[in-house]
Amino acid sequence: MKNILKLLTLLGGWLAMQPALAALNVMACEPEWGALSRELGGDKVSIYVATTALQDPHHIEARPSLIARARSADLMVCTGAELEVGWMPLLQTQSGNPKIQLGQPGYFEAAPNVLMLEIPARLDRSMGDVHPQGNPHVHMDPRNVAKIAAALSERMAVLDPAEAEYYRARAKSFNERWQQAIARWEKEAAPLKGLPLVVYHKDMSYFIAWLGLREVGSLEPKPGVPPTTSHLSELLDRLAKTPAKVVIRSAYNDPRAGEWLAERAKIPSVVVPYTVGGSDQAKDLFSLFDDTIARLLPTAK
Amino acid sequence: MFKRTLIAAAIAVAYAAPAPAQDAELGRIRDEIRQMKDTYEKRIQDLEKRLSEAEAKAGKAEAAAGNAESAASKAEQTAAKAETAASSAANRTGEGAFNPAVSLILQGAYANTSQDPNRYRINGFIPSGGDVNPPKRNFGIAETELAIAANIDHYFRGVAILSVAPEGGMEAEEAYFQTLALPAGFGLKGGRFFSSVGYQNEQHQHAWDFQDAPLVYKAFLGNQLKQDGVQLKWVAPTDLLIELGGELSAGNNFPGSNRNKNGIGSGMLFANLGGDIDDSTAWRTGVSLLQAPSNSRSYTDTDVQGGAVTNTFQGNAKLIGLNGVLKWAPNGNPYYNNFKLQGEYFRLKQDGTLTYNDSAGSAVFNSVTGALQTDQSGYYLQGAWQFYPQWRVGYRYDRLNYGTVNNGIVSGGLGPVAADFPLLASYSPTRNTVMLDWSPSEFSRFRLQFASDKARLGATDNQIFLQYIYSLGAHGAHKF
Repeated sequence: MKNILKLLTLLGGWLAMQPALAALNVMACEPEWGALSRELGGDKVSIYVATTALQDPHHIEARPSLIARARSADLMVCTGAELEVGWMPLLQTQSGNPKIQLGQPGYFEAAPNVLMLEIPARLDRSMGDVHPQGNPHVHMDPRNVAKIAAALSERMAVLDPAEAEYYRARAKSFNERWQQAIARWEKEAAPLKGLPLVVYHKDMSYFIAWLGLREVGSLEPKPGVPPTTSHLSELLDRLAKTPAKVVIRSAYNDPRAGEWLAERAKIPSVVVPYTVGGSDQAKDLFSLFDDTIARLLPTAK
Repeated sequence: MFKRTLIAAAIAVAYAAPAPAQDAELGRIRDEIRQMKDTYEKRIQDLEKRLSEAEAKAGKAEAAAGNAESAASKAEQTAAKAETAASSAANRTGEGAFNPAVSLILQGAYANTSQDPNRYRINGFIPSGGDVNPPKRNFGIAETELAIAANIDHYFRGVAILSVAPEGGMEAEEAYFQTLALPAGFGLKGGRFFSSVGYQNEQHQHAWDFQDAPLVYKAFLGNQLKQDGVQLKWVAPTDLLIELGGELSAGNNFPGSNRNKNGIGSGMLFANLGGDIDDSTAWRTGVSLLQAPSNSRSYTDTDVQGGAVTNTFQGNAKLIGLNGVLKWAPNGNPYYNNFKLQGEYFRLKQDGTLTYNDSAGSAVFNSVTGALQTDQSGYYLQGAWQFYPQWRVGYRYDRLNYGTVNNGIVSGGLGPVAADFPLLASYSPTRNTVMLDWSPSEFSRFRLQFASDKARLGATDNQIFLQYIYSLGAHGAHKF
C-alpha cells in the first residue's frame, strides 16, 4: 500500500513536469469533424480522430485508447443525435474528464446546429436503428458544414479565448473558400439532379437532398439491419418498375450486397468516400465533396 | 428562437416586404430558405416513396389514394410548421423531459443437463455462496434486469440496476452514484457496484460471451463480486490507458463475509493498462489485489454418515487477479467480422480457522475448531469469433487448481477425518464450453451452448443451454 502511494506520488510529479502541449486538445469523434477542426484550429489545436472512414460510426467500441485520449481532451467534437450513443457515454463516465461532460462547452455536437432530415414520426425499435432527433449523417450537405463551422469556431474561441481572433479569422477564410466551393459543386453536380439511386444505409440523405438526387431504395431493409436476400430480391423487383442508375455504398460498408444488386439490375456500383479518408482522393472536406461528385457524375450520363 | 426569426424573415421575403436588410443578409436568408425547401422536398419525396412501397405491397389503388391525400396533407402540414418539425425532437417539454434512460433485459433459457443442477457443487473448493448453479432444467427464465440511469446534476450520475429473480423477489444488483466533475482524471463511485477485481466482473451477465460465469468466478467471486462501498479511480493523462484505483467496502460477499463490525471490511487495489496495437487491434490488461476478512463465513457439507455439517471459516482471504483481453476486427470495424480473446487468472489464499459443527446432524463431535490454510488458483481462456454479421462462435476452457489445503482439524487428528469434508476433497475441476450465438439486432441475441462441466468429483455434467437475451428501451453503452 505504502509503495503504491509512493509510486503514485512519483508518477504525479513526473506528469506535472511534462511541458504543456498545444493550447487546445481536440478529440474528434469522426474524421469529418477532425478535418473541420483542422480547418478552423490550424496549428493552435492538436487533433486526435477517434474513428476512421473504414469504421462504421454506429458500431464503435469504447476502446481503452479512446478513454485514454478522452481523459486529456479539452474539446470533444461529435455528431450527436445519438450517433455515438454506444460509446460516448462510456468515454464521459470512464475518462475522469469533467470538461467533456454533457452541457459543458468542451462537448460539442454538430447535429443541433442544422435542420435535421428524416425525423421519425413514431419511435419504435421495430423500425430499425432510427434516431429520435433525425438522420445524424449531417456533414454530407456542405451547407450544414458551413453552419457547424461557424458554431465550432465560436466554441473554440470560448475555450481558448487568447486565440479567439485567430479562430474567427480562420473561420472567415474557411467560410469564403467553402461558399465558393459550394457554388462550384452545385454547378458541377447539376447533371446529378433527379438521378435515381439505391443507397446502402441512409448515410447520404443530406447529400441527396442537397443536390436533388432521388433515392429509390436502400440495401438495408431497415436502418442498421444488414441486407437480407429476401429484401434484395424485393428491391430488384422494384427496380424493374422504378429503375435506378447507380447503387452506392460508403467505404465502411460490405461490398457484396451492392454488387449483387448492381450486377442483376445492370447498373454500376459506386463506392463513395462518405467521410474524409474514405478514398485516396478525399483528403480533406473540400476533396471529400470533389471526389463524391466526381464518382457519381459518370453514372448520370 | 433562431428558427422563429428565420421563419419571420422567410415570410418577410416571401411577401416582398421592403426589408432594409443588407445584401449579404438577404443572400444568407435566401440560402436558408433554399435549403429548407430542399429539405422539405426530400421529406415529401420520402413520404411519396413510402407511399409507393405501400401501394406495391397492398395493391389497393383506392386505399392508396386515400393515403396519398393524407400523406400529402401531412407533408403540407409539416412544411407549414417548419419551426415545430425542426425542433420537435430537441424541445421536449413537461415533466417527462427529464426521465432517466430506462432499459429492461429479458432473459431465459431451455436447459438440458445430465446432472441435477440443484445439487451443483465445485469439489475441492469452499463454496462461495453465490448464485453459481446452472439454470433449472427445462424452460425457465433468468433474472429480469431493469436499468435506470441519468445524470443527477452536473456533479453526479446515478445508476440503478434492479434484478427480479424468476422465483420472485427484487434485488439491487447495482445502485451507485459516480462523479462527473472531479478534476485531473479522478472518478469516485459509491453505493453497490460490481467490483473492478476482474475484467468480466464489471460486465453484466447479458453482455457475457457465454451463458454462465467462468468456474474461477463461481469458485472465488461468488459468480460475480458485488461490493457495497466506494471506488476511487484515476486515469493517467497518457495516450496509453493507465487506470489505477482502489475500493473500500463492507466486504459482505465471498471471499469476505458479513461481519457486523465498524470500520472497513474489504480493500482492493487494481491497475489496468490498455491501448491499440494498430487500427484493427485493441487490448487491455489488468491486475488486482483484494483483501477480505471474514468472521463467520459458513457453508454446509455432509459427514461420512450423511449427516449435515456446518463449517464456519474465520480469518483472512487474499485474492490476486490477472486479466487480459484482445479484440481484433478488420480495420477496427467489428460490424462484419471480429475476434475477441479473453483470459483471467485468480489465486485465492485463505488463512484462519475452520469450525466443524455437526450438532444439527450426526452430533458425533458437536463443535471442533482447527486451523485452515488454503492456496488455490484457477483460470479461464476464451475466444469468440464473429464469422458473419450477427453470428458468432466461441470456445472457453476453464480450470481450477486444488493447490494446497491445510485442514488442521484433519491433520491435527481433532476428530473429523478427510471424508467428513467431501467438498474439500483433493480435486481440480475443468470445463470445456462451446457456443454459437445469433444476434438479429443489437437488442436481441439467441445462444446455443454446450458444456462438459467437470466441477463435480466423479460426475461429468453435460449441459445444453438454448438462451435468449433481449434488451428493451434505451440503447446501452457496453464496456470494452
